[in-house]
Amino acid sequence: MTNPIKDIEKARVILITGSNTTENHPVLSSYVKRAVTRYGAKLIVADPRKIRIVRFADIWLRQNLGTDVAWINGMMHVIIREGLYDEEYVNTRTVGLEDLKKTVEKYTPEYVEKITGIPADQLTEAARMYAGAEAASILYAMGITQHISGTDNVKSLANLAMLCGNVGVEGGGVNPLRGQNNVQGACDMGGLPNVYTGYQKVDDLAANTRMAKAWGVKDLPGKPGLTATEMIQKAHEGELKALYIIGENPMVSDPDLNHAEKSLRNLEFLVVQDIFLTETAREADVVLPSVSYAEKDGTFTNTERKVQRVRKALDPPGEARQDWRIIAEISTRMGYAMEYESPEAVMEEIAELTPSYCGIHYDRLETDGIHWPCTGSDHPGTPCLHMDRFTCGLGVFHAIEYREPDELPDGEYPLFLTTGRVMYQYHTGTMTMKSDGLNELAPRCFLEISPQDASRYRLEDGDRVKVASRRGEIEVRAKISEKAVEGTVFLPFHYAAAAANRLTNAALDPTAKIPEYKVCAVRIEKG
Amino acid sequence: MDANQFIVMNGKELVFEPGETILDVARRNGIDIPTLCYLKGASPTGACRICLVEVEGARNLVASCATPAAANMVVRTESPRIREARRLNLELLLASGRHNCLVQEMDLESWADFQLKAMKGQDGGELCPAYGECRLQELAVKYQARPKGLPPTDTVYPVEDVNPFIVRDFSRCILCGRCVQACNEIQVNNAISYGYRGAQSKIVAKGDLPLVNSDCVFCGECVQACPVGALVPKADYGTGRLPLEARKVRTTCPYCGVGCQIRLHVDDGKIVRVTGVQEVGPNYGSLCVKGRFGHDFVNHPDRLKKPLIKDGDRFREATWDEALDLVARRLGEIKEQAGPDALGLFTSARITNEENYLAQKFARAVLGTNNVDHCARL
Repeated sequence: MTNPIKDIEKARVILITGSNTTENHPVLSSYVKRAVTRYGAKLIVADPRKIRIVRFADIWLRQNLGTDVAWINGMMHVIIREGLYDEEYVNTRTVGLEDLKKTVEKYTPEYVEKITGIPADQLTEAARMYAGAEAASILYAMGITQHISGTDNVKSLANLAMLCGNVGVEGGGVNPLRGQNNVQGACDMGGLPNVYTGYQKVDDLAANTRMAKAWGVKDLPGKPGLTATEMIQKAHEGELKALYIIGENPMVSDPDLNHAEKSLRNLEFLVVQDIFLTETAREADVVLPSVSYAEKDGTFTNTERKVQRVRKALDPPGEARQDWRIIAEISTRMGYAMEYESPEAVMEEIAELTPSYCGIHYDRLETDGIHWPCTGSDHPGTPCLHMDRFTCGLGVFHAIEYREPDELPDGEYPLFLTTGRVMYQYHTGTMTMKSDGLNELAPRCFLEISPQDASRYRLEDGDRVKVASRRGEIEVRAKISEKAVEGTVFLPFHYAAAAANRLTNAALDPTAKIPEYKVCAVRIEKG
Repeated sequence: MDANQFIVMNGKELVFEPGETILDVARRNGIDIPTLCYLKGASPTGACRICLVEVEGARNLVASCATPAAANMVVRTESPRIREARRLNLELLLASGRHNCLVQEMDLESWADFQLKAMKGQDGGELCPAYGECRLQELAVKYQARPKGLPPTDTVYPVEDVNPFIVRDFSRCILCGRCVQACNEIQVNNAISYGYRGAQSKIVAKGDLPLVNSDCVFCGECVQACPVGALVPKADYGTGRLPLEARKVRTTCPYCGVGCQIRLHVDDGKIVRVTGVQEVGPNYGSLCVKGRFGHDFVNHPDRLKKPLIKDGDRFREATWDEALDLVARRLGEIKEQAGPDALGLFTSARITNEENYLAQKFARAVLGTNNVDHCARL
């Protein structure tokens, strides 16, 4: 997030898109709800489902799946045409407006309506509402990113925010809501194929040399590596021969599971380090038992870039070991001695090598966390990014054209399928499905379907229904719901027994390599 | 610029901002006014009348949580009259339901003494699940409230426990309204409200239905807000365990990216309860259903306890040395034969920063590949 969570209450307009906020970020959603009910903010929700937060919205824009670039361009078209944009901000802090103007020119509300299904006057109203606010905040999540146009979608939201001078102001910003406790931290720490800690590029010679020196090795690979989805593909092709998986469950979370399954089985050697024998661990040659968050010391970095302490409350069960110790022991056995006293000692090394974490030390995190960038031991941290200028100088507008999703409904597979989470379960269920209480409230997979589609397929609530795509088939119970809009069905992806990802499309965004989980075509049949 | 505005509290001149209540000014200046129904972050209700103070010129005592500070107001926060009024209000609350927590008979001066005694165990009788951490009990000890002269109220409600997480026992409810405020003003889930009138007053969910049939999403904000034993986590109900026996460890929630600050209440090597940390963001005490009630996995019997090595198509248990040697040897061999880029590592959004750092360092410096990624995209 460019802005801290607290800032949401300072926004005059909030635009939520591709985030089922009340179910996936419930505590953050209460900031939105309070902004509306207590502080009088306006709320625009753009989402293909009539999710719960829509109850608090002034405008609900219902777009067809995968048409986000179109409606965002449409909003900018209206804002530019009516002169509602922040001219001073655009002139002093950005470049590239002319190209953007040219591109969005054809995205009239009427043209956009044809693509997205959003009524032209609604789009115009939303554009005026967003542009009219002194400070407007954009919140988004995987509903924006998990598309072949995911990168384009994010850039489009950034365009919209910059156009109205909403980046670098309190109560504004472009704010991705991270879905996992430490996904921000994993990225910050260089758990990515192209960067070291703090996003220092592996193919930047200076960074590469500095790291090699710090780590005491002759050289480091200088070419970016493969993403997770690419590694699975290379395993399938036999080029990737060994995989070491820590705390992940691609056998449920990967798109096109049938393919992922074959790929993992094709490996010569698979090590899985986890707290449970997950679907993925079952495929392993060696399983290493590690410890849960409650049994370890360390830090997580949350979605607002705040580094916060994790503290050991319990002893690990049996012989389970700390993840950092396991990694260090394998490393030492492979001839590279890794010796650390404690996680705190590791953080000291991180601070030394990472400008944005330079001032992060455990003694400063005792009572409250610190937002990075924190560039020195007396630096207070940075809750709000890009305040006086963009980190990289001027903000660049990217002129972006709408592209269709990779797969659209047709005669054979006539319905849109989208996927997501439910409040009472979490990701692949490794943690939540160990709770009887949560299982009682969300016991099994279901197909959320609109009353109109249900009657077309003669489905009653609770009926068995087969859902098939070009990649696979699962059987679930129908759940007739007003959340669903005619022509689009929804599946939660938590359940291995009826895995939504047997159906989803593995087509990737060319830049981010993110799969298009949010759109594919299916057919359904009463089971 | 306007001159600062003052009120006089206990003889001291204190600056106040427009909109601040007497209680706000007192708290900001470290003056203790006891409260019971007051819930930080929600609008004051003035329901319990424990935070009463004297205001010069006012005929009656006023509720400091609901009275705005005004220029030159003269306030006293402690006096025999105030103590007496607070004591009487506490006695009325104690008599209003099932509050048989021995406060009435015990002759103790301080809350700490009382908690120490509570830790030593009780002789018989049913124990209130909030015993020793009950705000009403604490105030009753402090103000020596003993509702001897008042007849106990005989409305007894059956305990509602037909949901997995929250037990509601209205016979212990004092109608302070904190749960209603927490649900409607803090979480804005709008699942509960006041129902009925007069002596029949009760907190209700959707026309007085069980929570499981209402709009409740089991965030448990109401449980944390409840100052007595009327709303209790089900896992902690009927265990006979006293809440104050648990050790509390502050940490960060392991679920979504919001990073709520939580306290794990640990007893006998198990997480017995989870509460939100009130003092700091991002959550200021709030949690969701998973963050408050979804920690069973930690103590689950299926947790992996020993390294496993696959023999044929079955796993066998192994020692750490054997497993680590095997991993190091196989990774080394494959690197030797097929080159470093035939290896890959998935690090994790579940593990800590420190562990992620070491994982990518291991991939790059030891395996010699940049094939390192995690599920940010999945």
